[in-house]
Amino acid sequence: MTGTPLKTFFAPDSRSTVAAEAEARPAPAITVRGLGVRFGSKLALSGVDMDFPTGRITALIGPSGCGKTTLLRSLNRLHDTTPGARVLGSVHLGDLDVYAPEINPTEIRARIGMVFQRPNPFPTLSIYDNVVSGLRLNGIRKKAILNDAAESALQSAALWDSVSHKLKTSAMRLSGGEQQRLCIARALAVEPDVLLMDEPTSALDPIATSRIETLLRALVKQVTIIIVTHNMQQAARVSDYCAFLMVEEDRVGHLVEEGLTLQIFSKPADPRTEEYVTGRIG
Amino acid sequence: MSAGYVTGGRDRRRLTRHLRLGDRAYRRVLQGFGVFVLVIFVAVGATLFIQAWPAFKHSGPGFVTGTTWDPSHAIYGAVPFIAGTLFTSAIGLALAIPIGIGAAIFLAEYAPRRISGALGMLVELLAAVPSVVYGLWGFLVLGPIFQNTIEPRLSWLPFAHGAPLPVGLLLAGVILAVMVLPTIVAVTRDLANAVPATSREAVFGLGGTRWQMVRTAVLPAIRTGVVGAVVLGLGRALGETMAVTFVIGNTNAVPNSLIAPAQTMASLIANEFTEATEPFHASALLGIAVLLLVIAVIVNALARLLVWSVSREVRETV
Ligand SMILES: Nc1ncnc2c1ncn2[C@@H]1O[C@H](COP(=O)(O)OP(=O)(O)OP(=O)(O)O)[C@@H](O)[C@H]1O
Ligand SMILES: [Mg+2]
Repeated sequence: MTGTPLKTFFAPDSRSTVAAEAEARPAPAITVRGLGVRFGSKLALSGVDMDFPTGRITALIGPSGCGKTTLLRSLNRLHDTTPGARVLGSVHLGDLDVYAPEINPTEIRARIGMVFQRPNPFPTLSIYDNVVSGLRLNGIRKKAILNDAAESALQSAALWDSVSHKLKTSAMRLSGGEQQRLCIARALAVEPDVLLMDEPTSALDPIATSRIETLLRALVKQVTIIIVTHNMQQAARVSDYCAFLMVEEDRVGHLVEEGLTLQIFSKPADPRTEEYVTGRIG
Repeated sequence: MSAGYVTGGRDRRRLTRHLRLGDRAYRRVLQGFGVFVLVIFVAVGATLFIQAWPAFKHSGPGFVTGTTWDPSHAIYGAVPFIAGTLFTSAIGLALAIPIGIGAAIFLAEYAPRRISGALGMLVELLAAVPSVVYGLWGFLVLGPIFQNTIEPRLSWLPFAHGAPLPVGLLLAGVILAVMVLPTIVAVTRDLANAVPATSREAVFGLGGTRWQMVRTAVLPAIRTGVVGAVVLGLGRALGETMAVTFVIGNTNAVPNSLIAPAQTMASLIANEFTEATEPFHASALLGIAVLLLVIAVIVNALARLLVWSVSREVRETV
């Protein structure tokens, strides 16, 4: 059995930046050193060292259970809300030590937004209230500010044209793809520096998926994106950088290698990466 | 292809016919149960009404609007007991709702797992205590405390004048609160625990605090269920007889104060039924039972309306 020819993943003109970046990797938005996560006594992830370049899309790939979600959630301190979870090592957002004792995790989460696997709009709130919910949670009440933020976030999420006339209707009336874009708009409205996305299209059909992928390419101009995906084509299509994680019998989840997506998919340094991206394992 | 495939079609048809038959039988049985429940309700209501009819005819509309209950002169007015029932239930719920929801949210969202498990078990135990025990406890323990310590300190309240007694509306309301509290806590806690992690993380992911998460993700998701739990509690409070009879004071007058002795519909029936020998007295007590049934139905309908309107509206809760 042979893998899909790697070159076909790439539309040749999709990322003109890619070639130039081989020389100049942008400064990291998030720096991770010696990162590990423990659930109770069970280690799930260990020894991750990695930089997430500013203004780029980084994809986290790897077989199920290798710790992609675990890594993602440690970046915005979401593990703090899980009893028994403990994060080891360090995470820096720019110069800010994310896990420093004086840091309030809610501030981190306002600066590092998150979009989940299943669209999770607030079911009892209208479209408008969903979009501005993050701002309200952070204490912003001025109508004018909320209105502006709602419009620009919905514009950014490519949702404004289809919902601007029904902002007061329930978010649950939207389709799954629209709900997911609403969740993206909700995360963007807080103007985060980084947007974390955990398999954001896995519950969506191919058309909705492709709209979100297009959207991500447009969004990355304003926000650094880190996306978990199981779909190799998606990783190849949308990401600039790519990190491959793995879990093995004798080793908990760890980073195997990371680098430019083009390089990970065409000439990976590690044979396990090659096996995975060509579909022979995982 | 073997013959098995040929007969396969017939077998399958037979199977589906069996299924349909089973389906239909099952449905019939369930229908039967439904009808049975309805028949019981109607039968109870009808016999009560028939037996109460002489008293209704004797007193006319005064039965519902009259404030005097004097069996020796054959005067029967239900207002004191309607008031007693509604006031004690209102006091009970006014105390039990905030305390119950607060305790449930604490157990589900704030308490460490071990503490919440132990406290949760305790709450469920409270629900199993027989009402006569609550009544005795209220009468022997809480009553003196109310008379000597609590009620003298409440005189600044607008409707709390009068001599402190070891019995009365407030004490009955407090006992009712204690009795409906476990239901409200247990149901609300289970509802909160069932709110999916994705809803919670929607709030956390936006930089919300735990309290904001509770307000934005948990409370809106469970509110219809909580109203249901409160209605269950209200049903118990309206009809509670034994415990209330101990502590209400058994005074057949419209209560003029929060701490005055009073009488509820249920406690009146329990108190007077065995010696109802005056003309129309027994019939009048059954009339009270009819009114209690009607009030319970109205309250349930109102609660359903509330659930319906609450679940329908899209509200700004952030
Ligand atoms: N809350 C938790 N408690 C205990 N173990 C957990 C918890 N969350 C994750 N794990 C464990 O951590 C390991 C990594 O899980 P994680 O969800 O990060 O994998 P993943 O790479 O995201 O997998 P998938 O592709 O299936 O989403 C798994 O072994 C999992 O069982
Ligand atoms: Mg995952």
